[in-house]
Amino acid sequence: MSKVTLTINGKQVTVPAGTSVLDAAREAGFFIPTLCHDPANPGFGACRLCVVEIKGARNMPASCVTEATNGMVVETESPAVMQARRTIIELLLANHPTECLTCDKNGDCRLQDYAYRYDVRQASFEGEKHDYPLEDSNPYIIRNMNKCVLCGKCVRTCAQVEDRQVIDFTFRGFQTKVAPAMNTDLAGSDCVYCGRCVAVCPVGALLYKPMAGKARTWELTKKQTTCTFCDAGCQFDLNYKDGKVIGITANTPGEGRPLCLKGRLGLELLYVDKPLTPMLKKDGEFVEVTWAEVLGLESVFEKLKAQETQK
Amino acid sequence: MNNLNEIRAKYTEQFQQKSKRARIVVGLGTCGIAAGGDKVMEAIKQEVAARNLDIDIDFTSCIGMCYREPIVEVALPGMASVIYGDIFPDKVSQLIESHVVNKQPVTEWAAMQIPEGRTEYDGIVTMDKSAYYEKQVRTVTSRLGRTNPESIEDYIATGGYEAIEKALSMDRLAVIDEVKKSGLRGRGGAGFSTGMKWTFVYNAQGDKKYAVCNADEGDPGAFMDRSVLEGDPHGVIEGMMIGGYAIGADEGYIYCRAEYPLAIRRLNLAIAKAEKLGLLGENILGSGFNFRIRIKAGAGAFVCGEETALLNSIEGQRGMPRVRPPFPANKGLWQKPTTLNNVETYANVPFILRKGADWYAGMGTEKSKGSKVFCLTGKINNTGLAEVPMGITLREVIFNIAGGIQDGKQFKAVQSGGPSGGCLPAEKLDLPIDYESLGAVGAIMGSGGLVVMDENTCMVDVARFFLNFTQNESCGKCIPCREGTKRMLEILTRICDGEGKVEDMDTLERLANVIKTASLCGLGQTCPNPILTTLRYFRHEYEAHIIDKRCPAGVCNALLVYKIIAENCTGCGACRRVCPVGAISGENKQPHTLDTAACIKCGGCVSKCKFDAIIRG
Repeated sequence: MSKVTLTINGKQVTVPAGTSVLDAAREAGFFIPTLCHDPANPGFGACRLCVVEIKGARNMPASCVTEATNGMVVETESPAVMQARRTIIELLLANHPTECLTCDKNGDCRLQDYAYRYDVRQASFEGEKHDYPLEDSNPYIIRNMNKCVLCGKCVRTCAQVEDRQVIDFTFRGFQTKVAPAMNTDLAGSDCVYCGRCVAVCPVGALLYKPMAGKARTWELTKKQTTCTFCDAGCQFDLNYKDGKVIGITANTPGEGRPLCLKGRLGLELLYVDKPLTPMLKKDGEFVEVTWAEVLGLESVFEKLKAQETQK
Repeated sequence: MNNLNEIRAKYTEQFQQKSKRARIVVGLGTCGIAAGGDKVMEAIKQEVAARNLDIDIDFTSCIGMCYREPIVEVALPGMASVIYGDIFPDKVSQLIESHVVNKQPVTEWAAMQIPEGRTEYDGIVTMDKSAYYEKQVRTVTSRLGRTNPESIEDYIATGGYEAIEKALSMDRLAVIDEVKKSGLRGRGGAGFSTGMKWTFVYNAQGDKKYAVCNADEGDPGAFMDRSVLEGDPHGVIEGMMIGGYAIGADEGYIYCRAEYPLAIRRLNLAIAKAEKLGLLGENILGSGFNFRIRIKAGAGAFVCGEETALLNSIEGQRGMPRVRPPFPANKGLWQKPTTLNNVETYANVPFILRKGADWYAGMGTEKSKGSKVFCLTGKINNTGLAEVPMGITLREVIFNIAGGIQDGKQFKAVQSGGPSGGCLPAEKLDLPIDYESLGAVGAIMGSGGLVVMDENTCMVDVARFFLNFTQNESCGKCIPCREGTKRMLEILTRICDGEGKVEDMDTLERLANVIKTASLCGLGQTCPNPILTTLRYFRHEYEAHIIDKRCPAGVCNALLVYKIIAENCTGCGACRRVCPVGAISGENKQPHTLDTAACIKCGGCVSKCKFDAIIRG
């Protein structure tokens, strides 16, 4: 594979042709912030936090969508870049609730990280903030659109799920919002709560409801595990607090990894000593049934029983 | 059919026959219809029927003098065509009586006459000598107001589809070379060389290529593309065919905003007629070249005028810009190599092929060749469409063609290029109009909108107006544009409301610079221009608002105080009677007083007072 050599912050860097400036810089050990960049889903270039100065370029290009070329001269933290990044962070904070103290993402939030790194304490713009109602009308995902930075990672992730594409951008300008069709809530949409959107959200706009309010991020110990419900072998992090698993964090979904609801909710059974009697809806009423019936294994059970009696 | 010789001879004969008969032609572009042109047409038909006259009645599109609509042309055999302006139905009877029956043109209603080799009338200015047209050239607009836009016969009779015939006999690269040599640059605003763009698409690998026409004209006050589409739809189609042939495309899309129903109707009609003659479809003129054109009606998002958002919209996706590179030349519509050109760009191409690159390059300046169509709007006397050679000065356009400022007021600024352009002050009036000169002073050529403002315009308010537009039209994808325009708009609104702070000017400048350099697409990169140019050329107005709490132009209501000057007041009571909140009191024939606390600043009293006794400031 052919290679290209460029200069980043005065350092010569050689990378395979086709590498983005962002990856080249990160590989060389330089920090570049990103909100909308998703390595599994690249090419969106919306948040503009990763802008850099490239000698000869008309404007400041986003490094995540700019291909490194031979002889390119890149500055990742020049005064102009710093001013742009600070201003962008300020603009986000100007339209973001200042409730970090009680936010579940506190300690694991990109916006917080970048505000800290670039020393943006508060926005110097006073003005309108969004005031959307909190959406928690479903049992799995809490959507707080006031915290959304519109990075679009959830939209692109959802679009990759077969048969879904539940959410997209709606409205224009300041009113732009991520929502299901007709601006309903998730409960009124085709969402199956696979939770992939939650896994990629860089801020506290999307939360996994079973874990919400249970722990601060730094109280958790994570242990990676592989789900055994099916052959896909998805990787999950088990989140322990005081030695007890309180929830699962799905790792970033990749190709052939469904990260399904089943694997995620299977956890609920972890602390159940005796499984509850299963219920089935019959003539509009839930009635207690046997496990054999609910799993559709009645005939197998009968054959097993027949085998046993034959012995 | 391998060539058009036979039908061209036939249609040319038909076209010439037209001028041998008496005829009345009504301007039925959108501007003409809006002014009542269709009612005038109805009145003419009735009048002609009632008088049982042997006269042809036809229609055309906007000739450019929108300020004189409804426009009616009357031509008698052998005599010059007389173009009448402001012909409303009540004037029709007298017009026909005098000009058609008595053969006496109504000189005082005539805007001009067009001799075209026929006998001239006395006392009516000819088109090439008229103030409005003297400094104009008519290339792209040459058929506007002169032919029936719904007639392919008229088009072919006036040289139409000659250029595609010529192109098809040439090598594809030779066609591109000709366009390159002409110096034609994108008329949508950015000014990229059309020939270069076509070379990129020609060189791009792909089994399928597209030629797309950007007819999503969205700037407030711009109507060049609409006028060209309504007046010469075949010209745009022929330009697209030539482009399609040159780059190797067999399919074209015209992305036209749905707010242009007449343009879409005439385009559809033109496409159907061209298909019927075999000019669109398979094996065009026996050359083996296939080309079809579809129309995609856009739903009216300004951002869809940005090329990648436009492509997304055609594909049925949300109109949001994509990152470039890859450029549409390599990965455009459905990821296939695509050329995207503006209506006016395509409309220029047939003329370049027919008359030659050298002829075209003979017009204009060193780097900006040819002519450009402008829409003259705002506080000027002559609102309309004007095609001028590149390099003409803003002063010539505004004071010669547009007839100067309304009501003898002072010129203050001209906004070139719509919401993405800049406001230029009187010192810049002698600037030649070309891509580089306008760019150098912070404005842009844009698609060709020129909004002229007079002394009664507040420049802070103008910046606020354009920011409101761009904020509403931002697609919301990138943060600087979405959030930044919102904050700039809030700051400008605050300044207009008299609550501005001194540091607001620095904040505006910082935001503007970041948005300009860090935004994803052209909308974000240019939307700060109105702010940057007003801050640059009209800073004193910002300072007056912020520091002195005063709006020098008398526009920003929150900063205005109404006062009655006792010496001037005759006590007529007109203001007292019109005041909706009873803020004015006084005895008849005694100077009145105005209660500023009760005043709602509606301005009713000022417009009623005949003695200049009420001032606001």
